[in-house]
Amino acid sequence: MRAMSWPSCRRFRVADMAADVRLALEPFDPAAELSRFTAANLSAGGVVSFLGQVRNGDGVEALELSHYAPLTLPGMQALAAEALTRWSLEGLLIIHRAGIMVPGDAIVLVAAAARHRRDAFAATDFAMDHLKSESWFWKREKVGGLWRWIEPRGEDHEDLARWV
Amino acid sequence: MIRLVFLGRLADLAGAGALELTLAGPSPLEDILLALPAPLAGPLADPRIKLALNGTLVARDGLVVDAGDELAFLPPVSGG
Repeated sequence: MRAMSWPSCRRFRVADMAADVRLALEPFDPAAELSRFTAANLSAGGVVSFLGQVRNGDGVEALELSHYAPLTLPGMQALAAEALTRWSLEGLLIIHRAGIMVPGDAIVLVAAAARHRRDAFAATDFAMDHLKSESWFWKREKVGGLWRWIEPRGEDHEDLARWV
Repeated sequence: MIRLVFLGRLADLAGAGALELTLAGPSPLEDILLALPAPLAGPLADPRIKLALNGTLVARDGLVVDAGDELAFLPPVSGG
């Protein structure tokens, strides 16, 4: 549907446009995903993306995100649908990992394509704030051979208040 | 038989990501918690832990679980 970019189809395109939302249980290549996304959204003047990756440092050896299948992906899809109603977007991509990751691995990729950059910036920011604080993921990290659960951060909930 | 699913740190407390429990019949949440060891039942009573029955979020108040149901305990999330 996204490939239909000639003028006669323009007014149908937004209604047809579905976000590409994925829960990745294996590593993914964020550069390849972004290339594919930008190529599929040539009618957009701007693409904004955010990549979250496992940082190298603080002695973190691994990070694990667990999820609950009946809720996690449906919740991400509802979030994408909300972003599509709030901003004028040509395309929206959300990929979030679950499972065990090591430093350097991609955790989350959000990209928004829009005719105007502010829509793309805002939609990406909105999606990230909600993925961090509302999506059904539980995180633990391995330091010194021991796993410890990561508690929710107060700042993540303050970030959410920006969108009310 | 019902299936209890524990997410996040609750899985460590339970010693497993899921447990199966046999009930005499449709049971309120309070009865299910009574059937579990106290070190697990205590934290599960925390109202900050959300519940999903068969994949749908449900309120604690008045919750009844029956054979074949899956009840998930969802502690505060920490993703991204």
